[in-house]
Amino acid sequence: MERKEWPLWEVFIRSRNGLDHKHCGSLHAPDERLALQNARDVYTRRQEGVSIWVVRADHIVASDPDAKAELFDPAADKIYRHPTFFKLPKDVDHM
Amino acid sequence: MYTQAMDIAAAKGEQLGGPTVPENPAYQAAFDAKIDRGDFIEAKDWMPAAYRRTLVRQISQHAHSEIVGMLPEGNWITRAPTLKRKAILLAKVQDEGGHGLYLYAAAETLGVSRDAMIEALHAGKAKYSSIFNYPTLSWADIGVIGWLVDGAAIMNQIPLCRCSYGPYARAMIRVCREESFHQRQGFDLLLTMMGGTQTQRDMVQDAVNRWWWPALMMFGPPDGESKNSGDSMRWGIKRISNDDLRQKFVDATVPQAAVLGVALPDPAMRWNDSRGHHDFGPIDWDEFWNVVNGHGPCNRERLATRVHAWEDGAWVRAAALAHAEKRAAKVLAA
Repeated sequence: MERKEWPLWEVFIRSRNGLDHKHCGSLHAPDERLALQNARDVYTRRQEGVSIWVVRADHIVASDPDAKAELFDPAADKIYRHPTFFKLPKDVDHM
Repeated sequence: MYTQAMDIAAAKGEQLGGPTVPENPAYQAAFDAKIDRGDFIEAKDWMPAAYRRTLVRQISQHAHSEIVGMLPEGNWITRAPTLKRKAILLAKVQDEGGHGLYLYAAAETLGVSRDAMIEALHAGKAKYSSIFNYPTLSWADIGVIGWLVDGAAIMNQIPLCRCSYGPYARAMIRVCREESFHQRQGFDLLLTMMGGTQTQRDMVQDAVNRWWWPALMMFGPPDGESKNSGDSMRWGIKRISNDDLRQKFVDATVPQAAVLGVALPDPAMRWNDSRGHHDFGPIDWDEFWNVVNGHGPCNRERLATRVHAWEDGAWVRAAALAHAEKRAAKVLAA
């Protein structure tokens, strides 16, 4: 028998208003409507969410884990970007 | 639920391993260092082929177990004694389906397709937990599956929440959170029956007698005979040995059986003060291997039911896809 897979979708859920949507897994569905419906059934059986995003997995652009060094290391030597870098007199240190 | 795949060699012809990547000593060293530090490995990270292969086998067989695990219980949905029990059982079986889906998705991150995994199951190349090849003969079996089978599964699965492969660990956290409901509803069901007539109490005892030893077998072969344990332990896929988990399960279950008022069918079971654990009798490993190798009471029936369901649904999958393609073409034309 022919086996033709439904496309893969990534699922993001906002657990309650005020919080970000967070990636929670993936699923297969033929189109966006069924992707949403399946996401509800698979990932929110216990009121885990108030909002769902689904995105076709092949539409996601991801950074290359092998390029982690070049991509993220330049930030490591810029510790002055953190407030704790600056030692201020005690009287004003809590500004 | 069920992680026997760690100990059972790949069936002949089962070669799902995801993409092969070139061996690279520098990458290997970085990988080993990550494992030693207790860091997680993520889907796109370099990993040794054997690590990937082991995970694909374990996660996919774990997923198959969840899906096949729906069958023995699904059998009783239409025969549940009350509407409340029917609703609970429906929710539980739906959860097992969900667990299978979380796990298939985790396995897919390793570069193996859903269809290939299902194909391997249907062709009899991939295994699933031996426990589902036993029949559910009475309503009490549903309670005992929740109490003992899901109880054993939880024991097995909690360490997997700290497994070194991120997508698997995250899926297991969700599974474990939901599995606790399964065990408690089973115990609650049995408590209710034990408060009933003598016939009902006998049904519970009979179900315990039949499921006790298969539940102990769920932890897999004794440590000395556990083939793949070494690698799995080193890679942080497996954290606690089969025998240690089995002992933990026995120690946890004995007082629960006392509360319930049932006897565990093992004359050798007694508290050992010097070990600080319960001693228990020898397990019939011939029976275990017999069931694993396809000769349990329900192996053929379970697989046939799965294949039948998949083939019966083929037109639905095809129609949904055709409909989606038609709609996409319309949008493009507009």
